[in-house]
Amino acid sequence: MREFGYRRAHDVSGAVALLDGDPDARFLGGGTNLVDLMKTGVERPALLVDVRELPLDRVEPAAGGGLRIGATVTNSDLAAHPEVRRRYPALAQAVLAGASGQLRNMATVGGNLLQRTRCGYFADVHSPCNKRAPGTGCPAVTGEHHNHAVLGASGHCVATHPSDMGVALAAFDAVVSYETADGPGEVPLADFYLPVGETPHRETALPPGALITGVTLPPVPTAANSRYRKVRERASYAFAIGSVAAALDVRDGLVHDVRLAFGAVASRPWRARAAERVLTGAPANAENFAAAADAELAAARPLPHNGYKVTLMRNLVVAVLSELAEEAAR
Amino acid sequence: MPPSTSSELTLSVNGEKYTLTVDHRTTLLDALRERLDLTGTKKGCDQGQCGACTVLVDGRRSVSCLQLAVAAEGREITTIEGVASGDRLHPVQQAFLDLDGFQCGYCTPGQICSAIAVIEEHAAGWPSAATGDVRPEAGPPALTPEEIRERMSGNLCRCGAYVSIVQAVARAAESEGAAA
Ligand SMILES: Cc1cc2nc3c(=O)[nH]c(=O)nc-3n(C[C@H](O)[C@H](O)[C@H](O)COP(=O)(O)OP(=O)(O)OC[C@H]3O[C@@H](n4cnc5c(N)ncnc54)[C@H](O)[C@@H]3O)c2cc1C
Ligand code: SF4
Ligand code: FES
Ligand code: FES
Repeated sequence: MREFGYRRAHDVSGAVALLDGDPDARFLGGGTNLVDLMKTGVERPALLVDVRELPLDRVEPAAGGGLRIGATVTNSDLAAHPEVRRRYPALAQAVLAGASGQLRNMATVGGNLLQRTRCGYFADVHSPCNKRAPGTGCPAVTGEHHNHAVLGASGHCVATHPSDMGVALAAFDAVVSYETADGPGEVPLADFYLPVGETPHRETALPPGALITGVTLPPVPTAANSRYRKVRERASYAFAIGSVAAALDVRDGLVHDVRLAFGAVASRPWRARAAERVLTGAPANAENFAAAADAELAAARPLPHNGYKVTLMRNLVVAVLSELAEEAAR
Repeated sequence: MPPSTSSELTLSVNGEKYTLTVDHRTTLLDALRERLDLTGTKKGCDQGQCGACTVLVDGRRSVSCLQLAVAAEGREITTIEGVASGDRLHPVQQAFLDLDGFQCGYCTPGQICSAIAVIEEHAAGWPSAATGDVRPEAGPPALTPEEIRERMSGNLCRCGAYVSIVQAVARAAESEGAAA
C-alpha cells in the first residue's frame, strides 16, 4: 500500500478545503470499500480526509414532506430508522440485504453510493481493465462475466454497480446533494451515474473534489407499499445477481402508481421507466406485470454467460409486483 | 510539504489507554495484534469477508481489518479480551462453552463479539433481512433461529459449527432477557 496522510474533518467546508480538489486525495467514510481497494492497490491515495465526524449523521424531515438522509448516516442507522421503515420499507430492506451487520455499522450512505464495482478484473491490478486503467481493454466481455451487466453496458465495460441501497433510492427519485469549494449543488440519482459509453472510468456526475452531504427522498406515498427482493448465490452476505425494488398502488384493480428499479444488471441502479409506463393505468395482474418486465428487458443485451439474468429479472418483477398487489388488496 | 504518513495516537481498548505511533496504513486489527499484543482478535481474510476480526467500536460490531487504526482514535474499542467482567464470563461466552459453539476456535472471538452486538441490536428493535415486515408497526421480530442465522451471517466458520453457534446465541439472548 502507498503511504498516505490522514486528516479528520469536523465541518463540511473544512472537509472540502482539506481535500482541496486533489485528485490524489480521497474522502474516507467507513472505509469498507476504500481500505479494501487500497490493500489491493486499485486505489492509491496520498491523503485521506476522514468524514465520519461531520455533522451529517442525521435522518430528518425534508422541506416538502420527504426525508433528508445525511451522508455519514451509517447503513445500520438508515435501515433501523422508524420513518424509513414506515414510509420507504423497500429502502430499509435493500440496506439490510447488503453486506453484513459489521459492515453496515461502518458503511456510510455517501460511501455506499460511491462503492466501486465488484468485477474481478477491476479488482486485480495485473489485469487490463478500461475502468481502472483507461484504454487497456475489457477482458470481461470475452471472459468471466456471469454476474455482469445486461442493460446499458458498452463494449468498453460491462461492469455492474453493486449497491443494494441505491436501487431503492433510484425507485423513489432520490436527489444527491454535495458541496464543493464553489458551494452546494445537487443532482438527481437518475443522473448521478454517467452512461458507460467509451469512458467507463468516469462514473459519476459529481464535480471533482465534491463531498456528498446527503440524499433527499421526496414524499412518495406509494412507497409505503414497497418491497426489495434480492437474488444471490447464497442465502446471505453476498452481492446480488439480480434485485428489484418495487412500490405499487392499485385502485379498483388498476395500477394507479408504480415504481420499479433493478439492481445488479447495469452500471447503475436501473430505474425501469419503460415497465412503469406499460403498467400505469393497466389492470394489476401477472400478465401485465410480465409484459411490463418484457418492455424494460427488450433493451437487454446479454453476453454468452449472463443471459439468465433476463429471465431472472422477468420472474422477479412478476413475483414482487404480484405480492405487492395482493397485499394492497388486503 | 506532503502530509505526514504516520501519527502518534491514543487508542482506548477495553477501558485502557494505549499511546503509540502508527504508520497510517496500519489497520486496527494489526495494531491490536502486533502492537498491543491483544491477539484474541483473529485475522482471517483481511478483506471484510469473514468476520474473524470483529470487535466492538463504540459498542457497535465492526470488522477491524477494514478499519484504520488512526481512524479509531477517540472511539471505545472492546475486544474479546474485554467482554468478561473479571472472572465472570459474558453470557455469550458461557453459552458458547456450554453448547460447544466452536470446534477449532479460530472464528470464535469474532463470533462472540458479533453475537453480543446481535443481541443488543435485536433488543433495540432493529429489523434484519430475515424480518418479514420491517415497518415499526409490525413490532420487533422474535429472535428465531432464522433471524439469528441472518444476523450472524457476517461471521463465517470454517469448521461449520453453525448449528451450535445458533443455539448458543439463542441461549445467551434468553438468559440476558431473563436477567433484564
Ligand atoms: C465483504 C463485503 C460484502 C459486501 N456486500 C455488499 C452487498 O451485498 N450489497 C451492497 O450494496 N454493498 C455491499 N458491500 C459494500 C458496502 O456496502 C460498501 O463498501 C459501503 O457501503 C461503502 O461505504 P463506506 O462508508 O465504507 O465507504 P468508503 O469505503 O469509506 O468509501 C467508498 C468511496 O466513497 C468515497 N466517499 C465516502 N464518503 C464520501 C462522501 N461523503 N463524499 C464523497 N465521497 C465519499 C470514498 O472516497 C471512496 O471512494 C460489501 C462490502 C464488503 C467488504
Ligand atoms: S467490465 Fe468494466 S470493470 Fe470489468 S474488466 Fe471490463 S472495463 Fe474493467
Ligand atoms: S479478517 Fe476481517 S473480515 Fe476477515
Ligand atoms: S470453530 Fe473453527 S472456524 Fe469456527
